[in-house]
Amino acid sequence: MRAFEYREPDNLEEVLSLLHDHGEDAKIIAGGTALVIMLNQRLIMPSYLISLRKLAGLNSVDSADGALQLGALVTHREMETSPVIRDQIPVLAETFRQVATLRIRNMATVGGTLAHADPSQDSPVTLMALDARVGLSSSGGSREVPLDEFFTDYYETVLQPDELLTHVQVPLPKPHTGSIYLKFLPKTEDDYATVGVAASVEIEPSSQLCRECRIVLGGVAPTPLRVKEAEALLSGQKLAPELLHKAASVVQEHTDPISDSRGAADYKREMAGVCVRRALEQAWQRALTESP
Amino acid sequence: MTHTIRLNVNGKEHTVEVPSRRLLIDCLRYDLGLTGTKEGCSVGVCGACTVLMDGKPISSCLALALFADGKEIVTVEGLAREDRLDRVQQAFIDYGGFQCGICTPGMVVTAKALLDENPDPTVDEIKEWMMGNLCRCTGYYKIIESIQGATALEPGGE
Repeated sequence: MRAFEYREPDNLEEVLSLLHDHGEDAKIIAGGTALVIMLNQRLIMPSYLISLRKLAGLNSVDSADGALQLGALVTHREMETSPVIRDQIPVLAETFRQVATLRIRNMATVGGTLAHADPSQDSPVTLMALDARVGLSSSGGSREVPLDEFFTDYYETVLQPDELLTHVQVPLPKPHTGSIYLKFLPKTEDDYATVGVAASVEIEPSSQLCRECRIVLGGVAPTPLRVKEAEALLSGQKLAPELLHKAASVVQEHTDPISDSRGAADYKREMAGVCVRRALEQAWQRALTESP
Repeated sequence: MTHTIRLNVNGKEHTVEVPSRRLLIDCLRYDLGLTGTKEGCSVGVCGACTVLMDGKPISSCLALALFADGKEIVTVEGLAREDRLDRVQQAFIDYGGFQCGICTPGMVVTAKALLDENPDPTVDEIKEWMMGNLCRCTGYYKIIESIQGATALEPGGE
């Protein structure tokens, strides 16, 4: 690991001012579970490391105005165990529970996993399927970006060098909505997904037709992949095997996986189709049981 | 560039001068001489380097030493009290919970955190909690039996 200047501000203004002055040569560190490996392996060699570990005020889960507001420093373990999240958006707790191991979940943060932008991660996929938005701040002001416009490439996002991701806003699911995150893991349980699929289906309770849905995949493209063309196929339709097959093949056309230790590209594309069918069916079933 | 950090390790206060790039595992092993904690994979996967930070298991190979400033750290050396082993350590001996021993400090520390949080875990709860601690001798059944066995012992060493 190369030497760097370490700064540990206790207030947001100072973090943003450091980013303003040194953003191009600085990295933000929160849990450190991804960044310390990249530093250790000299994949990155920043001059400044700006730590958020003594920053207060970005580590709570709040419920307001029909949405959950997640501070960027909430840990994966807190997301997994928070009674508010388990009660209001259980699929979020289920997703965070499937990330790596307890040790990683004790350290890794919500903001870190998004800013890191590794397309094989789990929680960005579910957050995107839930229409989450991220709050970005710089010393010049703040902006909100829908998560499906946030990722631009492998490990790349719209975050500017002087910007900090401060929070994530997740709207509470509408009534009669079922959501699921399905992680396909051919090796060990703590691994990255070979393919991950989040599906969310809102149904019209009397007819049981799909009103709206979201289909997002991880591990099969340079960013988490939302497939609007497949979503459009499902609106106004009834759950049927042919429909799921059609949606799955549209999804497969949009995937762009790479061959690596978690599977060959063709295998991942094939499994993306299988997982999309399973995820949609399970989300739909959950939506039906949500509707008495 | 060095920084002065104050950390409590196994109940004892330490003030250490560390370079910013010092990893917590190296601080424990080389600055404080606590070589019970082992380094295995160096990328947070194997669990050999597990320590408790404010009671929670973390990978000390993924934490900067600076992260421990103002924190309480527990390593395997901090479990026994005088001549009395912690019940998890005793149970690992009684039930044959280790073979070559390299994963044992991480296993014992992780299991201790489990019993602190959940004094009577089911086998499934033990498996889920211990999932990230790898034993290359594949002695997992004995490790699970050891943790089950520990629940029947007095929570010693405290």
